[in-house]
Amino acid sequence: MIPASFDYVRPQSLEDALARLGEHGDDARVLAGGHSLLPVMKARLADPGVLVDIAGIESLSGISESEDGITIGAMTTHAEIEASASVQGRCRSLAEAAAAIGDVQVRNRGTLGGSLAHADPAADYPAVILAANAEITVAGADGERVIAADDFFTGTYETALGAGEIITSVRIRASAARGSSAYLKAAQQASGFAVCGVAARVALDADGAVERIRVGVTGVAATAYRATSVEDALTGAAPSAESIRKAAATAGEGVDALDDFYAGADFRRHLAGVYAARAIGKAWIRAAGE
Amino acid sequence: MEINISINGESRTFDVEPRTLLVHLLRDDAGLTGTHVACETSICGACTVLLDDKAVKSCTVLAAQAQGCEVTTIEGMANGEQLHPLQEQFWEKHGLQCGFCTPGMILTANQLIASNADPTDEEIRHGIEGNICRCTGYQNIVDAISAAAAQMRD
Ligand code: FES
Ligand code: FES
Repeated sequence: MIPASFDYVRPQSLEDALARLGEHGDDARVLAGGHSLLPVMKARLADPGVLVDIAGIESLSGISESEDGITIGAMTTHAEIEASASVQGRCRSLAEAAAAIGDVQVRNRGTLGGSLAHADPAADYPAVILAANAEITVAGADGERVIAADDFFTGTYETALGAGEIITSVRIRASAARGSSAYLKAAQQASGFAVCGVAARVALDADGAVERIRVGVTGVAATAYRATSVEDALTGAAPSAESIRKAAATAGEGVDALDDFYAGADFRRHLAGVYAARAIGKAWIRAAGE
Repeated sequence: MEINISINGESRTFDVEPRTLLVHLLRDDAGLTGTHVACETSICGACTVLLDDKAVKSCTVLAAQAQGCEVTTIEGMANGEQLHPLQEQFWEKHGLQCGFCTPGMILTANQLIASNADPTDEEIRHGIEGNICRCTGYQNIVDAISAAAAQMRD
């Protein structure tokens, strides 16, 4: 399995990379870690004429921490995110999602930006990105812009990323003082992709009631979504195992679920409820205890 | 295109097509056939090599992406006639039958031990989840990696 022929360029700066994308238009694709794009090219499902490898652009890698959050460069690998004390401390669900991707070798190469741009409906990150209300910074010919998580995933393998744009970083606000998050998934046994993955992020007030909660679901529908019915049901009240279970049960309700060989639509909707309850419960216990 | 890669400590230059996969460069251009290729779809791990000390599936890396990097293959593990502890213990503990998965297993295990000198059996199993063996049932592979880690701690 060898890809069709293409030209390869490896710009050393973001400006140069954007210029190359502008020059080649639709014929060019950005190559990050290559762990989504190369398999697709090897299967000849994509045959771009030019690959713009952004691995040489140093400013796109690394994790930086500020008072109120973390910024993760688009070329940061899953392995780096999984191992990062900053990520574990500020957004535990992101570290858990990174650790749940593929296997050691895949995590060594695959990148946050690459995975987000690919927008596989069964990828792990989208659930966390939605739950964490992350901001995705992208650069294009006209400069930078920030895309809110809620606006980013627009369909199966489709995002709000415009032609010629490159994701440069992802910003996530730190969990609240009494807040935490969790990501859990039911993985497809052979591929490891999410049949259902749920990320929950919870902030509690001084009395232990839920001040804010966001729940992201991946693998269940054609694109990752927020379980807003669950969020609404739990906001404002002190949670209990029972109230979480009851609210979470609606996570898959009315969703046009994927239906395939591995899991039927009804089963996926059911899993959404079960995993939402588990992820919210875990985030809640962490928030109350941390 | 011309690329420079250091393979097992030796700097080498190759003239390849941009679409050449690292595994094919290693096997066909560098003549190092110890790196195996099976699934070609980043599942099995037979093609695992170290790229700047990190285990990667070389069927899913372009040779061009390895420009300027250091690659370690199974041929680079032994020191002359002296087998690497992992090689020795795979032999000692019967960690292989047909041997097809072995080079990949050994390179993945090498990264595991580099970051965790005393892994538990469970950590070993988790660490080699990206390497498939169709023969051994894994138990002897886990034993071999565990014994190699112990030998390397001594
Ligand atoms: S041949 Fe590369 S993972 Fe199977
Ligand atoms: S020893 Fe035969 S595949 Fe592992």
